[in-house]
Amino acid sequence: MNKIEQFSLLLYVFAFAIFAGYQVISKVPQLLHTPLMAFTNAISGISLVASLIIAGEGRSLTSSILGMVAVTAAMINVVGGFLITDRMLKMFRKKDKAKP
Amino acid sequence: MNVRQIIYLATLFAASLLFLFGLLGLSHPRSARRGMIMAAFGMLIAVLGTLLHQRIVSYEWIIGGLVVGTIIGIPMGLWIPMTKMPERIALSHAFGGLAVALVGVAEYYNYHNELSSFNMGAIGFEVLLGTVTFTGSLIAFGKLQGILSGRPQTFRGQNLMNFILLGVALLILIFLVVQPTQQAVFYALTSIGLLLGVLLVLPIGGADMPVVICLLNSYAGLAAAATGFALNNPVLIVCGSLDGGSGFILALIMSKAMNRSFQNVIFGAFGAEVHEPKSADAGGAPIREGTPEDAAELLKIANSVIIVPGYGMAVAQAQHAACDLAAILEKNGTPVRYAIHPVAGRMPGHMNVLLAEANVPYDQLFELEAINDDFPRTDVSIVVGANDVVNPAARNTPGSPIFGMPILNVDQSKAVIVLKRSMNPGFAGIENELFVLPNTMMVFGDAKTTLTKITAAMKQE
Repeated sequence: MNKIEQFSLLLYVFAFAIFAGYQVISKVPQLLHTPLMAFTNAISGISLVASLIIAGEGRSLTSSILGMVAVTAAMINVVGGFLITDRMLKMFRKKDKAKP
Repeated sequence: MNVRQIIYLATLFAASLLFLFGLLGLSHPRSARRGMIMAAFGMLIAVLGTLLHQRIVSYEWIIGGLVVGTIIGIPMGLWIPMTKMPERIALSHAFGGLAVALVGVAEYYNYHNELSSFNMGAIGFEVLLGTVTFTGSLIAFGKLQGILSGRPQTFRGQNLMNFILLGVALLILIFLVVQPTQQAVFYALTSIGLLLGVLLVLPIGGADMPVVICLLNSYAGLAAAATGFALNNPVLIVCGSLDGGSGFILALIMSKAMNRSFQNVIFGAFGAEVHEPKSADAGGAPIREGTPEDAAELLKIANSVIIVPGYGMAVAQAQHAACDLAAILEKNGTPVRYAIHPVAGRMPGHMNVLLAEANVPYDQLFELEAINDDFPRTDVSIVVGANDVVNPAARNTPGSPIFGMPILNVDQSKAVIVLKRSMNPGFAGIENELFVLPNTMMVFGDAKTTLTKITAAMKQE
């Protein structure tokens, strides 16, 4: 597969992801906008998958160190992001049935 | 194609779907946690699948990074108070930008002699967006945290300089696509990105922070998507576009709620315009000041109450005190609702999270459109540390900088109690005519103390 074909496939992925994302995110109520930001923060930690390869590739000491710092930064977002999203979502509750 | 590669590609595909369906869960509080768990599972399998990738030959650096990241990530997730959420989100955008920028720099460092023009272009975008997000988010964090002044830092020709820098960065990018081996030029691009991030966010004032945080969120996502193009990795593109799209949509919602134009959002140049402190009409008019006890008397005879929180509530950490007052009111048979303006606070949904933390059920939280028509039928509105979002000048004074901005019409309720620290104007630097209306009672002091006093006064018959 040449570069142009590869690029066009990735562009398809990009365009469809943007469209699907727009549809899904428009449905998120204002109530949950802060958890939404924490959530997208956590999943943007997916750059971890790129950092892992750089850190484990062993091409040079410099790139291994850069990779390790990148893994650290991405992992902070993954761990911290999911934990804080969970903490927030647990707080949102409906009115108790037991009314005074 | 071997088994390892098939597993790797399959996990990436599954993770992409899990992220998308997880996000779909966030459309309702009921399904939100389930969605989050799906996404976390997606992240886990994507990482496990990637560890099988044949480019990975050693694991010590990986394990080091994963351990350090987990050690820092756990306290950032568990112990940061809800009032510090904007700061925390800004910081995590910085980490996201940093990770992406470092991946780009390392890719270039290792492979600059064998990069195709296409990969070079993608890496260039990745590094530029990543560095801008990194330093921009650090500045935003500094402003929110109070390390840097929250006031806009402006100088003449600032916008022009930013545009020139951006232009130079794009020219360098084009040059690199043609000449990928020019290392000095690549590192110049990295430096410009770092500088641009600082310069873009410095001129922005505290009240505009919600838009900036959303934009940085969007940049971080787009940077991750660019990484996906550079590394031929679709899950990065999917995730990056979800993140980038989410930030962009939120930025649009915020800018609409602040009555700012689309261009203002894109170029982030909004802090540069100087707000003239005008509207002398409110200047000399008398205000009616009351004590917490006066406010309690008013509330005792009220049949309906709406609480309008703003950034002041977050600063005073008054969400629990507000909730206590609401509990007393409800015990007296007075229904209480909360009206949340989209830009109240320093990030989207800031007030909702604080009130949820104080155990306010989410069906008592109302968006602007849902509650605005009810103010004329409401006996008492309590404004807790909100200012510009309840300023009637947005409706009545065509010359006002906030004219046209959708506001909560608290001035139409039969009585208004405004809790405020002092008569200082809000962040937009404009007087608020709500404070001098005859049906408004101002109660000065720390919002938390005042609310506690009102609650105490309500309890004594």
